[in-house]
Amino acid sequence: MKELLKDLDKAFENKIRLGIMSALMVNDALDFNSLKSLLDVTDGNLATHLKSLETSTYISVKKEFIERKPNTRYMATAEGKEAFIKHIKAIEQLLN
Amino acid sequence: MEKQKYLDDLREIKSIMDRSSRFISLSGMSGIVAGCLGLLGAYIAYETVYSGQDYLGYRQAILSSKNISQLLTIATVLLLSAVGAGLFFTQRKAAKNNQKLWDGQARRLLINLFIPLAAGGILCVILLFKGLIGLLAPLTLLFYGLALVNASKYTLSEVRSLGLMQIALGLLACQFIGYGLLFWAVGFGLLHIIYGVMMHVKYGS
Repeated sequence: MKELLKDLDKAFENKIRLGIMSALMVNDALDFNSLKSLLDVTDGNLATHLKSLETSTYISVKKEFIERKPNTRYMATAEGKEAFIKHIKAIEQLLN
Repeated sequence: MEKQKYLDDLREIKSIMDRSSRFISLSGMSGIVAGCLGLLGAYIAYETVYSGQDYLGYRQAILSSKNISQLLTIATVLLLSAVGAGLFFTQRKAAKNNQKLWDGQARRLLINLFIPLAAGGILCVILLFKGLIGLLAPLTLLFYGLALVNASKYTLSEVRSLGLMQIALGLLACQFIGYGLLFWAVGFGLLHIIYGVMMHVKYGS
């Protein structure tokens, strides 16, 4: 049991962080507003969790301007994708 | 207890992946406009093929080469207007939802829509040149339905039922070849309008 638990990633314990990663696994990149409407969370809440995922280098951030409005796009890094898959596999093992 | 939490997590992950990889800005209004244009097209086509004939007597569809080129022009103009209106309303809805009209989801949707549609279109052109005109209405309905079913994986799930109905209608039209125009009006006109109204009520425009 302990062996299995060690593969579970602390970063994905939180529902919102898990949601962000799920969305970024199937999309090349998403901007702040798409994530916000997708996960139905407040600006501040989403920003906090994005920052934390960025700090653990699971996602990367690209700031750009679209029609002179700032637009921030988020992408899952290779490291993040690997960690996510490992986390899902750990869950699957737990359930078996 | 613990297990339930992880099961919920997995369900949530699946739901988010689905929602974020489907194109959901499809506007109901575009369905309504496409349907009206479809009905208008069917009416003009009806007037063209049955023109100058006695209402009471036995009537025959007249498909001279002049009529055919006229029909193709009508079809092209209406198709372009329907696509144009669809883009306009979808763009408006996307802007409201803070989404882009052209993104990965839209691209996947269109590619998967166009594979059966293009195959069907090419087949219909071949049949047209071989003079098998009676098959055009059933086959356009059939391939359009297949295209919708194929594309429905990447957009609102209601598109799938619309596609299934178009397929059924296309097969029926194959059995009753003489009523092609009527089936065509029901499929491209009526069904689009009904679908459009449903979408408009359910998701807004």
